[in-house]
Amino acid sequence: MRDVAIVAFAQTTHTGHDAGLTEAEMLHPVIDEVRRATGLSRFGFTCSGSCDYLAGAPFSFVSALDALGAWPPISESHVEMDAAFALYEAWVRLQHGDIDSALVYGFGKSSTGDLREIMTLQLDPYYLAPLGLDQVSYAALQAAALGGDRPDLRAALDEIVRRSRADGRANPHALDLPDPSGEDAEVQPLRPYDVAPITDGAAAVVLAAGDLARELAENPAYIGGIAHRAEPHYLGVRDLSRSPSAADAARAAGVGKAPVDVAELHVQFSHEELILREALELPEDTVINPSGGPLAANPVMAAGLIRLGEAARRILDGRAGRAVAHATSGPCLQQNLVAVLESAPRPQEGAGRG
Amino acid sequence: MGERCAVIGVGQTRYTTKRLDVSIAGLVREAAQRALDDAGLTFADIDAVVVGKAPDLFEGVMMPEAYLADALGGAGKPVMRVHTAGSVGGSTALVGASLIQGGVHDRVLVVAFEKQSESNATWALSTHLPFGASLVVGAGGYFAPHIREYMRRSGAPDHIGALVAVKDRRNALKNPYAHLRIPGIDRAMVESTPMLWEPIRYLETCPSSDGACAIVLASEKAVTGTPAWIHGAAMRSEPLARAGRETVSPQAGKDCAADVYRQAGISDPRRDIDVAEVYVPFSWYEPMWLENLGFAPENEGWKLTEAGSTALDGDIPWNPSGGVLSSNPIGASGLIRFAEAALQVRGMAGEHQVEGAATALGHAYGGGAQFFAMWIVSNRKP
Repeated sequence: MRDVAIVAFAQTTHTGHDAGLTEAEMLHPVIDEVRRATGLSRFGFTCSGSCDYLAGAPFSFVSALDALGAWPPISESHVEMDAAFALYEAWVRLQHGDIDSALVYGFGKSSTGDLREIMTLQLDPYYLAPLGLDQVSYAALQAAALGGDRPDLRAALDEIVRRSRADGRANPHALDLPDPSGEDAEVQPLRPYDVAPITDGAAAVVLAAGDLARELAENPAYIGGIAHRAEPHYLGVRDLSRSPSAADAARAAGVGKAPVDVAELHVQFSHEELILREALELPEDTVINPSGGPLAANPVMAAGLIRLGEAARRILDGRAGRAVAHATSGPCLQQNLVAVLESAPRPQEGAGRG
Repeated sequence: MGERCAVIGVGQTRYTTKRLDVSIAGLVREAAQRALDDAGLTFADIDAVVVGKAPDLFEGVMMPEAYLADALGGAGKPVMRVHTAGSVGGSTALVGASLIQGGVHDRVLVVAFEKQSESNATWALSTHLPFGASLVVGAGGYFAPHIREYMRRSGAPDHIGALVAVKDRRNALKNPYAHLRIPGIDRAMVESTPMLWEPIRYLETCPSSDGACAIVLASEKAVTGTPAWIHGAAMRSEPLARAGRETVSPQAGKDCAADVYRQAGISDPRRDIDVAEVYVPFSWYEPMWLENLGFAPENEGWKLTEAGSTALDGDIPWNPSGGVLSSNPIGASGLIRFAEAALQVRGMAGEHQVEGAATALGHAYGGGAQFFAMWIVSNRKP
């Protein structure tokens, strides 16, 4: 595999409300920021992630091209998934060897719709969606499968939220949310603060291969391994307390081959951190979601890419040597992507395939 | 372009207005199983699955790759979902091929579909306030002025569109999977149908279909059966709202074609390519794309159509399958072009086989004629 690194990352100052910007207006400044950071105005490949259903209208990615300029015409593709999967597609494209740079971005405004009910529409339309199970309810099924009503688990979840929100308050891009309080249930066993906040935002990443990575960044965040896996869709055929797909992806990406300083996990419900931590077999001393994670800012369709960006940022600025980033898609962590980011390129041969 | 990659299996469903007998999962599974059968493989032989379709509003299922993972054997594997508007079927093939060309996987299943009977195409394709002024005209209303502008510039006679409509529907009679099958279709019949979006008549437009198409892609060492080798693959996009954009013959289409031709060593497409499956959803897009893709000089594409050069027995057959004008499950329509190109060079196109086809072009476009995906396949190893 060819050495590919994250060399630049930008994100909006995310908001918990509609700030009156279109998706393209929200996106433009972060594209501008990574262009300035790298000095690149053109990229060998461009790939993005977004979802039409957030706006309730087709072709969200079309107006994004207007924000990009995209002239002369660009080599470009789009995934209707979190932009972390767009980054994966770009990483694969860079493996061909004929181009050296890629722009990846994702954006979403969940403030203008009812995200919980919208997410119902990603369930099997014949057997699951008609039940009206919304996103928080199926997440609560997973939390219950984990034993979410046990007192020790409740204490663990409270601590996850407290830590995430405190870290979020220290992150200028995340929301300012108070320490968790109150004993009311949102959907048993989840409390309102266990649920990632409604957030609008966008993010962009630049990938560079080979010599270009070293030219564009002092400390490129090399992708030592990246892989993703899916599980069956039906909640009833899965052990919801575990995430075998995240575990498989972590093994394929080579997470366990060396210590992990920092892990940025796509935790949209507090209990998911416990499941992912176990699946990725993260060491006790790994710092989890120092950015605050999605529990402090969750711009849907960009939040997974932001995990890669936040993990990379700690390598780019020299604070970490090895970081792990995780992104998810589908109900109850159905699909999971795991990447290992390192301050030095991999020794040839080894991790990273598939 | 990276590692060598070949199409080793193609599967299609019989395209039709309503597939009431299958669920969405059943539809994609049918195409996938046929592609695997063609390759002599099973789901267990597949490393990764790539799913493509046009806007999710067509079926009302958001990000349906999650739901379809089970039916496509995706559990335990990487599953990706591509969406690039009407070009998506082509883009999905290219994303699947990229996984092999990048050396990541050896066998990839690519599936694209649309079950348009679940919704209303014009509604699902229209943006609304506050995102844009809604014209509620769908694709035909959007493209009609572009066609009218092409006619003005080129001086093409009014009947060229009808000739394409007749030619593609006659080809469809030779394709067992085609949706529209109109025995006895001729120019008079096309010209007698109502004007939908001037100058596009009813029989000059594509149908709304239910259907799925699947292909199996393999690395060189994993090839089974009869391969169609990829010699060139490219995507290009340009913005919709750019002032001065050339909408009749978009620059992104020209650049995309130049890129695949360069990769495949094609200097004169009309001479070097034996057959083309090109995304022609409205009849007039055949002469327009003949020019955009370099098969004819500017303003002269219609002369090839009029001379019968693009007919099944012409010197450069376009859309021997019947094309998008005969079958149009939108999200799959691009992949059908790519798959039919592969079938031709594998010599497996049946009654609509172009004799001795060795090199073929697969083409798809989408959005406001701003997204392009193309590949060149051949029976020769690159």
